[in-house]
Amino acid sequence: MTVTSLAPAPASTPARTTNYKVTGPRVLRSEWAKFWSLRSSWITLGVAVVLLVLFGAIASYTYSPDAVTTGGPPGPGGGDSDAVGLALTGVTFASLAVGVLGVLLSAGEYSTGMIRSTLAAVPRRLPILWSKAAVLGPIALVLTTAGALAAFLLGSPGLDGEKIALSLGDDGVLRSLAGAGLYLGLVAVFGVALGVLLRSSAGAIATLVGVLLILPGLASLLPDSLYDNINPYFPSNAGSAVYALHQSSDALSPGAGLAVFAGWVALTLAAAAFRLRKTDV
Amino acid sequence: MIEARELTKRYGDKTVVDNLSFTVRPGEVTGFLGPNGAGKSTTMRMIVGLDSPTKGSVTVGGRSYAGHAAPLHEIGTLLEARSVHPGRSAFNHLMALAYTHGIPRSRVDEVIELAGLTSVAGKRVGAFSLGMGQRLGIASALLGDPAIVMLDEPVNGLDPEGVLWVRNLLRSLADEGRAVMLSSHLMSETALIADHLVIIGRGRLLADTTVDDFTREAGGGGVKVATAETAKLRSLLAGPDVTISSSSAEELLVTGRDAREIGAIAAQHGVVLYELTPQSVSLEAAFMELTRDVVEYQSAPADAARADTGQADTERAGTAGKAA
Repeated sequence: MTVTSLAPAPASTPARTTNYKVTGPRVLRSEWAKFWSLRSSWITLGVAVVLLVLFGAIASYTYSPDAVTTGGPPGPGGGDSDAVGLALTGVTFASLAVGVLGVLLSAGEYSTGMIRSTLAAVPRRLPILWSKAAVLGPIALVLTTAGALAAFLLGSPGLDGEKIALSLGDDGVLRSLAGAGLYLGLVAVFGVALGVLLRSSAGAIATLVGVLLILPGLASLLPDSLYDNINPYFPSNAGSAVYALHQSSDALSPGAGLAVFAGWVALTLAAAAFRLRKTDV
Repeated sequence: MIEARELTKRYGDKTVVDNLSFTVRPGEVTGFLGPNGAGKSTTMRMIVGLDSPTKGSVTVGGRSYAGHAAPLHEIGTLLEARSVHPGRSAFNHLMALAYTHGIPRSRVDEVIELAGLTSVAGKRVGAFSLGMGQRLGIASALLGDPAIVMLDEPVNGLDPEGVLWVRNLLRSLADEGRAVMLSSHLMSETALIADHLVIIGRGRLLADTTVDDFTREAGGGGVKVATAETAKLRSLLAGPDVTISSSSAEELLVTGRDAREIGAIAAQHGVVLYELTPQSVSLEAAFMELTRDVVEYQSAPADAARADTGQADTERAGTAGKAA
């Protein structure tokens, strides 16, 4: 607290020249500050990383070649476990956490009314969406990549001597771990887009869970021939192809998976941009 | 300067703002009045581009709000007090807005002090009382050193000290040459602050006037005269612009002559008066009279049965509403 003299007159004179101006980097700076000034951001981000590391490490330590993996739902890559797959067991949980984080960042503004202040400051509106995505995407990417790396390194001793043990230097290991971070970064952006599109935290989170977890299950009700053709293109399946160590026969390659998942995110972002631009707040 | 031209907003087949034109000028406090649901907030939202008009246009400083390079420098707004994330501190909230415009931290500190929030600036806004929330809203409205300050119901939830503070603040902002617009549904409160009045009901313009004119017109409530010789006095007072009504055998309500004239005439002709009372219509009553046909959410009159002389009884003029 500073001790300044109590100016009786309002603090400034209406000289109409100013340096104030809205610019892209400034909106980005504002969204960055907004993100870190909420406790929920720290908590959710922390939860995402902890889930990622914890599940990965536990899955590696509890692995036994005879039994199917226990620690949670089966990891990516289906039945054939590998060290990377085990280390990335937590990706599904972490994806929900970062997706929710994205939703909170955007839909949270609608539910609290903050959006009115935000859009009054930036009436062109779209920079807000891009900035939210540009702030959260990289934050999630960096931290979850680190988390995936930590999960792998922490889990490795647990697999010592097992057939499936791998080291960081082995083929595709780093790519898979980085792929997990990339996927989770995109999921965060997906959450931001869903939040702006649906303008409701509950609705956006439900949609997020539906798309990432339930949709693939529901789709298995489709006729087999149809299912086999479209299954790899579901967001979560395309996403898991990004960080799978070995491409399974019914999945896309990592590059194609990334392209497809990024396409889904881009599509949602475009719809969000349209709604943000066109409709009343 | 805010200029609204034939501003119209429809939601489905419900017209919330209907062909509304008005101007908010610099150096003045413009009171924007109307009953609940009259379309005040919707109009203000259209001014800052949160809602887009169905028809018509509104400009801020000569162009549409979104066309400004530094919108917060053009117009500072308090829309609803709760346009803030409750999990953020007041300082961080203001800072987040400041970043978008490159407004320095020193200015954030300045408005926090101006709004009297220094001691709670680090607290989460969710813990704020309604009055503190209003102060934060006003602080964010002033953040960009705006040419226009637009506040939606700024005194809601403020204590008397806060109300006085807002009143003085708005006056001094207008005196600095800024345009000030504030909405309210309270005529008496607005009359104390405003110079210019824009009164709407059901989205339509009812009056675009000054507080002085409105007060003058509202003052014409007539004079109540009590005498035993009503018939004689009636004929004595009759004139081209004079109307006389009576509510009881011994009472007359005279409009068109003031109390002094009536007294003089009565004395001249030896008519004994028991009472000679100018009827002042309160601003609130005049406002309700003006808006009573367009009140959106009308409560059932408490005494609808007592449909009596109306005009004479200023207190009941408003509340009786449509006593049909």
